[in-house]
Amino acid sequence: MKLDHSQPLEYSTHQNQLNFFGFWIFLGAEIMLFATLFTSYFTLENRVGSGPSGAEIFEITPVVIETFLLLISSFTIGLAVHAMRIGRQKAMIGFFVVTLLLGLSFLGVEIYEFIHYVHIGAGIQTSAFTAILLTTLGTHGIHVTFGLIWGTMIILQIKKRGLTAENAGKSFIFSLYWHFLDVVWIFIFSFIYLKGMM
Amino acid sequence: MEFFDRFAIPHPSPAIYASMVAIGLTLIGIIAGLTYFKKWGYLWREWLTTVDHKRIGIMYLISALLMLFRGGVDAIMMRAQLAAPEAKLLDAQHYNEIFTTHGVVMIMFMAMPFIFAFMNYVVPLQIGARDVAFPRLNAISFWLFFMGAMLFNISFVIGGSPDAGWTSYFPLAGNDFSTSVGTNYYMIALQISGLGTLMTGINMITTIMKMRAPGMTLMKMPMFTWTTLVANLIVVTVFPVLTVALAMGTMDRLFGTHFFASTNGGMDMLWANLFWVWGHPEVYILILPAFGLYSEIISTFSGRNLYGYKSMVGSIVIISVLSCLVWAHHFFTMGQGAASNSFFSITTMAIAVPTGVKIFNWLFTLWKGKIRMTVPMLYSIGFIPLFTIGGVTGVMLAMSAADYQYHNTMFLVAHFHNTIIPGVVFAMLAGLTYYWPKMFGFMLNERIGKWTFWSLAIGFVLAFFPMYITGLDGQARRMYTYSESTGFGPLNMISFVGAGIMAIGFILIVYNVYYSTRYASRDIGSDPWDARTLEWATHTPVPEYNFALTPSVNSTQPFWDDKKNKHKLFPGNIEKIHMPNNSGLPFIMCSIFFVWGFSFVFAIWPLLIISTIGIFVCMAYRSFEKDHGHYIPVEKVKETEEKLGGAKL
Repeated sequence: MKLDHSQPLEYSTHQNQLNFFGFWIFLGAEIMLFATLFTSYFTLENRVGSGPSGAEIFEITPVVIETFLLLISSFTIGLAVHAMRIGRQKAMIGFFVVTLLLGLSFLGVEIYEFIHYVHIGAGIQTSAFTAILLTTLGTHGIHVTFGLIWGTMIILQIKKRGLTAENAGKSFIFSLYWHFLDVVWIFIFSFIYLKGMM
Repeated sequence: MEFFDRFAIPHPSPAIYASMVAIGLTLIGIIAGLTYFKKWGYLWREWLTTVDHKRIGIMYLISALLMLFRGGVDAIMMRAQLAAPEAKLLDAQHYNEIFTTHGVVMIMFMAMPFIFAFMNYVVPLQIGARDVAFPRLNAISFWLFFMGAMLFNISFVIGGSPDAGWTSYFPLAGNDFSTSVGTNYYMIALQISGLGTLMTGINMITTIMKMRAPGMTLMKMPMFTWTTLVANLIVVTVFPVLTVALAMGTMDRLFGTHFFASTNGGMDMLWANLFWVWGHPEVYILILPAFGLYSEIISTFSGRNLYGYKSMVGSIVIISVLSCLVWAHHFFTMGQGAASNSFFSITTMAIAVPTGVKIFNWLFTLWKGKIRMTVPMLYSIGFIPLFTIGGVTGVMLAMSAADYQYHNTMFLVAHFHNTIIPGVVFAMLAGLTYYWPKMFGFMLNERIGKWTFWSLAIGFVLAFFPMYITGLDGQARRMYTYSESTGFGPLNMISFVGAGIMAIGFILIVYNVYYSTRYASRDIGSDPWDARTLEWATHTPVPEYNFALTPSVNSTQPFWDDKKNKHKLFPGNIEKIHMPNNSGLPFIMCSIFFVWGFSFVFAIWPLLIISTIGIFVCMAYRSFEKDHGHYIPVEKVKETEEKLGGAKL
């Protein structure tokens, strides 16, 4: 494998550069996926049938907690990539672990939120509105869950094989993915929760 | 035994039982044949585990041809049923199932893989690359498509075929009106193969953007590469929409949600919109690469470079943008009001402009060219007038006020077959004939090929032009019969005769493959058509690494310049070549995907959970795997080049 030392470690192989480009295209597809979910959400938002509306079920406290957890985790994954670039493997793994723990806490709050919705009679079968609400949130949540498993495997690989170009590439791609989930959450927070509560 | 009741066919008939027996016998035959000839190892090593874009392309090709015949049998059965009024060959339920599977199979499992076959085989060669950007992902794409197709195809012997049309409109496709698992098959099989398509999209875009030979700027790419790039950009844009729509439809059917239901706030038109936001660009995903193939073929056999290269590129890009802005023309009559109907009317008609530009560019390429009437050229020449007729009727359909007369009639059926058959199918057969020598090292017989073309062209005209008339007279599509007093009988009989002639054409293709395999000359060199682009600059058969030396490009037709204008195509010396390793993981993972899909269709949750875990285990294994490919040493490259008739310099 050819290494180009004028670049940061993660950009040093041709295959990594291809991977990054491909992953950006994949993120484009992900944007379309969430855009479709948002469009469907806006279409079905007021079609509550005999079930509750958003204003009736949204609570600000868990949502704010989720938002802070995810935003901070986006910051810590940024720190992890920074640590990687200056070659501090231990610090990098530390920030990765913190990121994943924040993600896990986010997921915990979201699961609590879902149970709460089902408990107050806003389950997935209640109305078109609850179905698209839980599907949109759930799609984001599944992405976070997938990220947790993926991130754990990257940590294990860095521990096992050190900061190779390959591992650096994987970590960088993971950070792109994680930031993307954060951006999606900002849209969810603004256009689902805040808009719904107004 | 109650558990097994779900696998029974809800509407059995002798034909289906006969198919079951036939499928069983074929499977036994294949297994026995592979065992007898000791080919299991060969199959596994050379095909099932391959990551070579050329072999994956050939596997796409074989799948597409198989599916062409499955969809073709459906078509013949439909035309036979409608050939005479009040015919009793099929009942309404079977007719519904057959037009549904005909549509899905032909679009998703015939046309798509046919195009992917050429994209995979040709594009890396055309841009002077050694493989695609992500060879392993490419294998996963293929196997996902293949498993999706197989899952869809077993529906008619296990559990029942989908019967809500290839558009699967809700509430018809909901549980209330489609009670069998057929529509589950539709949702899950398309989901699986759609995932594969999305991955191909990412792979092709990355390959074309990042792996072109030195000197090949974007505006020096061959036209097929351009159309592949743009078509895959559409893939990445619209396939996620299908993913979401299918997921919502699956949830409606299996988890009791109300997305598209008519109760509890559900909205059936949301499905129609989402489906066509994907579905309309989808037809451009099919036609753009077809345009690309025609451009290559017309340029080669006119002995000229393509007229109006820049306007060709411009019109492809404009078509791709417009294709995403026309979806509502599929349901002008479903009540969205004059303003939005007018908008979609105008955008639809606007597509005729860039398409017209392309038609004129092809005509000007022919103008004063040294035309050679080979089989690929014959298809291309036939395509221009026939496709133009289809385009004109498309503009008729685009007028929303007039569409109230045409909507859901045979006129529409005639229109879209008139664009898809001369547009896509002719292009695929032209491409098949054109690239056959590169793929297999011998040429298809020209004489039989010409017979094939004329059978298909005449059969097509006879089969579909009468539908324009019956459609305007009010014959509805998707109706399994009609009364004698309508007067549709004679014209439908002509259609049936046309379909029969087309069937002869397709049988001639099989015969041509057989005949040419036995009798065609193997001594054809690497450039039998006197072509212009890079895929013809390497050896036939193409070595594993495609090019021993990376070509250097200075125009849109570097190989032609190499032959005629003293351009040095292969500068430098042979070095060791890096190639990816084969892997069985894509095949294994996608087989688990098949089980996953099957258990989803029948709501067998324990199996679904196990197979989901299996898929994740495969992905984790891949993540931890150390696989940096291998190098082919210089001596080995030189040896291979010698064997193929000397290095190309």
